[in-house]
Amino acid sequence: MSDTHDLLFKTLADPTRRGIFERLCSQGEQTVVALTAQAGVSQPAVSKHLAVLKQAGLVRDRHQGRQTHYSAQLAALAPLADWTNRMAGYWESRFDDLEDLLKRMDQ
Amino acid sequence: MTEARSVIVEREMPHPPEKLWRALTQPHLIAEWLMKNDFVPAVGHRFNLRGDWGGVLDCEVLTVEPNRSLSYTWDFAHDDPAFALKSVVTFTLTPSPKGTHLRMEQVGFRPEQKQAFGGATAGWQQFFAKLEEVAARAD
Repeated sequence: MSDTHDLLFKTLADPTRRGIFERLCSQGEQTVVALTAQAGVSQPAVSKHLAVLKQAGLVRDRHQGRQTHYSAQLAALAPLADWTNRMAGYWESRFDDLEDLLKRMDQ
Repeated sequence: MTEARSVIVEREMPHPPEKLWRALTQPHLIAEWLMKNDFVPAVGHRFNLRGDWGGVLDCEVLTVEPNRSLSYTWDFAHDDPAFALKSVVTFTLTPSPKGTHLRMEQVGFRPEQKQAFGGATAGWQQFFAKLEEVAARAD
């Protein structure tokens, strides 16, 4: 669990790599060429970032002819949401108790 | 670099900020809704929050702005990094027509991340905000 977190955080900590991932999230499937045009770094650099994203399970590749198409795998982010969901649930129930307390308190 | 995660919980409370402030800063009141503690509203004061489950959180008061804002560290030491946590909890009270808008933000860091707590979170918040947009569109 913790290793998964580390890998995801390390993978997305790089702003260029995060930018590529965000573009795949918002624009759908893309080729390396299309991604390079927007990334501001060389094609080999983009390919390297994509390989790291793929290793973390954040992107999937699909070969078609000579082109490789990449798409985002949002499900890979689930472990990150887990912590925030868990803590949010904890604080929501603390706030319930706080509300009960406020009702009992004098002005 | 920015291994921060943030949780925000907000609620409208039909009570004045002054009353909420007491609930957030008086130890016997904190114990009623959060955990047993030896809290003192003084910047730099170190205290513990003791949970019913036996866990003890190490805390240090960072900000005290009466009736407006309170923040403290919320650290949990554990040999297993999966359970250990370093984080900062910030309560913000804003007067509203019905009483007080209470906002709690907890920013958590991986235990090995010991660099500055401030500033590092903007990228992640943007990232999650964007992700939410994407998720909303995906429905």
